[in-house]
Amino acid sequence: MYEAMVTARHYEERLQEEYLEGKQPAFDISAGPIPGELHLAAGHEASGAGVCQHLRDDDTVTAPHRPHHIAVAKGVDLKRMTAEIFGRETGLSKGKGGHMHLFDPDVNFACSGIIAEGCPPAVGAGLAAKKRNTDSVAVAFLGEGAIDQGAFLESLNMAAVQDLPVVFVVEDNDWAISMPKERVTDVENGAQRAGGFDLPGTRVDADDAVAVYEAAREAIGRARDRNGPSLLEVQVHRRMGHFMGDPQAYRSDEDEEAAQQRDSIDRLEADLRAHGVDNETVASLRSSAQERVEEAIEWAKEQPEPEPADAHEDVFTNPPSGVTDSEPNAAKTETGGDD
Amino acid sequence: MAQQETDPETERQTDRSLTMSRAMVEAIAHEMREDEEVFYMGEDVADYGGIFDSTEGLLEEFGCDRIMDVPISETAYLGAAVGAAQAGMRPIAELMFVDFFGVGMDQIYNQMAKNTYMSGGSVSVPMVLTAAVGGTYNDAAQHSQTLYGTFAHLPGMKVVVPSTAYDAKGLMHNAIRDNDPVVYMFHKRLMGIGWLPAPDGPKTPVPEDDYTIPFGSADVKREGADVTVVTLGLHVHRALEAADDLADDGIDAEVVDLRTLVPLDTETVRESVAKTGRLVVVDEDYRSFGVTGEIVARVAEDGLADLEAVERVAVPDVPLPYARPMENEVVPDAEDITSAVRAAHGDE
Repeated sequence: MYEAMVTARHYEERLQEEYLEGKQPAFDISAGPIPGELHLAAGHEASGAGVCQHLRDDDTVTAPHRPHHIAVAKGVDLKRMTAEIFGRETGLSKGKGGHMHLFDPDVNFACSGIIAEGCPPAVGAGLAAKKRNTDSVAVAFLGEGAIDQGAFLESLNMAAVQDLPVVFVVEDNDWAISMPKERVTDVENGAQRAGGFDLPGTRVDADDAVAVYEAAREAIGRARDRNGPSLLEVQVHRRMGHFMGDPQAYRSDEDEEAAQQRDSIDRLEADLRAHGVDNETVASLRSSAQERVEEAIEWAKEQPEPEPADAHEDVFTNPPSGVTDSEPNAAKTETGGDD
Repeated sequence: MAQQETDPETERQTDRSLTMSRAMVEAIAHEMREDEEVFYMGEDVADYGGIFDSTEGLLEEFGCDRIMDVPISETAYLGAAVGAAQAGMRPIAELMFVDFFGVGMDQIYNQMAKNTYMSGGSVSVPMVLTAAVGGTYNDAAQHSQTLYGTFAHLPGMKVVVPSTAYDAKGLMHNAIRDNDPVVYMFHKRLMGIGWLPAPDGPKTPVPEDDYTIPFGSADVKREGADVTVVTLGLHVHRALEAADDLADDGIDAEVVDLRTLVPLDTETVRESVAKTGRLVVVDEDYRSFGVTGEIVARVAEDGLADLEAVERVAVPDVPLPYARPMENEVVPDAEDITSAVRAAHGDE
C-alpha cells in the first residue's frame, strides 16, 4: 500500500515536471510534450491504494478524470499509461485517449472525463458479475463534487435494487474545481447519500490509508460475498490546482497550507515506523518506486508518435463497408467491411 | 470588415480593442444592470470567473445571487434555467464544455427547445445557454468537440457562433434580449485567455455602448471574386489566413462568416456563390450530417446553376484524438482550407 502511494506521488511529481516543459514562460496549455489538461492527484493516494489493495485483476474499476493514483494502485501498466499521457503510439489507447481516458482491459480499468459518468458502467460490470455468477466486484471512484450528479444517484439506486456487487468510493478533497463542497452540497458527509438508497455508507477521515484499507475490506468483502453494494467516502486533499495551470485565485492560502499539512503518505509512514518498520525498508520502497517511475517515463519518451492517419482507425471494432466519412484524403481502413 | 449594426450611433469609432471574452462579459454586465431578471449560473462561474473567462469579474459587481455557482448537476441547473425562464426571468446558463451536453440533454432539447411549440406558443423560454466548443489543444474526445450541427439540427433553439469580439458582444446583447432559447457557442481558442493563446483576429475594436447584431445576418469577413469560403467560429480566422496565402497566387477568396446557424442566412451565402461560382464550406464539427452538408444543400436547392465546384472541409467522422499528430490530422487548418479552395478553383 505504501509502495503504491509513493509510486503514485513520485509519478505525479515527474509528470508535473514533464508537463511544464515547453509551456514556459507564459503558460500555454497546448504546448510541450504533454499537451491538454493534466489533473494531478497528489493528496489522493490513500483512497486508490487503500481500496485497490483488495481488488484482483478481474475486478473492475472506473476512475474519474483524476485517475493516476487509482490506476497505479489497480496495477495498470505503468509504461503504457505513461506513453498514453505523452500521446505515443504504444500508449494504452494508442495516443487516442490521453490522461483522462486510460483504458487497460488487462486489469479491467477504465476512466472518463465526464463527472460521475463512470458510475453506470461500474453498475454494468457488477450486473455482468451477478449474471455470470462470478465473485468479481466493481468499484466506481468519484469526487465529492460528483455526488449531486444524476448518474451517481441513479447508479446507487440501480445497484441497490438489483443487489449488485458494486462499491462507490467518493474521494472528498473539499473542492470541485473552484466550488467548495459546502456551497454545493448540504450534507457534510457524502456517505449520507447511501441512506436514501438503504445502503451502508461509511466515511473515513484524515487521509488515513489504514482506515481506508479497513473500511474498503468490509465494503469489497460485502460485495464479493453477494451482500450488495455500499458507499465509502474517503477524505483526501488537493495539494495543487484542479488542473495544471489553475491559478487557484479562489482558494485561500490557509486552505492550501492546511492541505499541505495533512499528507496521507507522511501519516502512513509514521504508522509504519510505529509498527517497527525501519528506515532502510522505507527508503528502499521509495527508491524502487522512483526507479519504476523513471523507467516508465524514459520508456514512454522513446516511443514513437502515432501517424496522423492512425486518427481514422478504431472508430469501430468492425468497420462498416460504407463508412460515412468520405474525406478524399482520409486514410481509410483497408480492411473495412471485409472481416 | 463589413458589419451590420442596428444602431447607427454605435458606428462611432473606438480605439478600444477587447478580447472576445471581455466583449461577451461586457454585454452580459450591461444586460444585468438594465434588467434585474437576468442572472447567470453554471459551474465555476462565480469565484473562478468561468474556466474560459466567460464571467470574469461579474461576481464582484453582481454578487453570488446573480452570478451563481451551481452543483455539478447539469440536468438540474439547465432545467432550472428553463423553469426560471418560463417564470419570466432571463437566465443565462453555462455548460462548461459543450461535450457535457449529454448529461443534461433532455432539459435542452426536450424542454428548453420544445416547450414553446408544445404549448402552442403560450409559453416562452427566454434563456441563453452558453457553451465552450472546440479542440486544438489536445484535450481528447470528451473535451474538444464542436457540435454546432447537433444543436442546429434539433428544432427550437437559436444557435449563435461568434468569431470576433465585436460580433460576440452584439450577438450576446441580442441573445439575452431574445424571447426564445439561444445557444451561444464560443470557441475556447478565440476567447483570449492566457493559457490558450488566440490567433490574430478575434481581438477587435468594440464600442462601449450596447448594440445588437441581428441573428441570421452572415458577415462577409473578406470580399473576393473567385471562391466563396463559408465558415464560422475559429475557422473564420483559419479561412482568412488561407485567403491571404491564396491571394499571393492570384486566387481571390471570399470568406463568409455565418455568425448564426439558426437562423441561417442562406441569402448572403447564395449571393456570394452566385458571384464566385465556387463553394468551400469549412467546419470544425463532424463532417457527416452537419453544417457543411446543410450549406451545400441550401445552395444547391436555390442556385444549382451557379455551382461550378463544391468542397467540404470538416472533421472526418472520428472522435477527436488526443495525440498531436492525430488531432492535427482531423481538425482542419489553413492548409486544408487552401487545398480545398485550390481544388474548387480547378487547380491541381
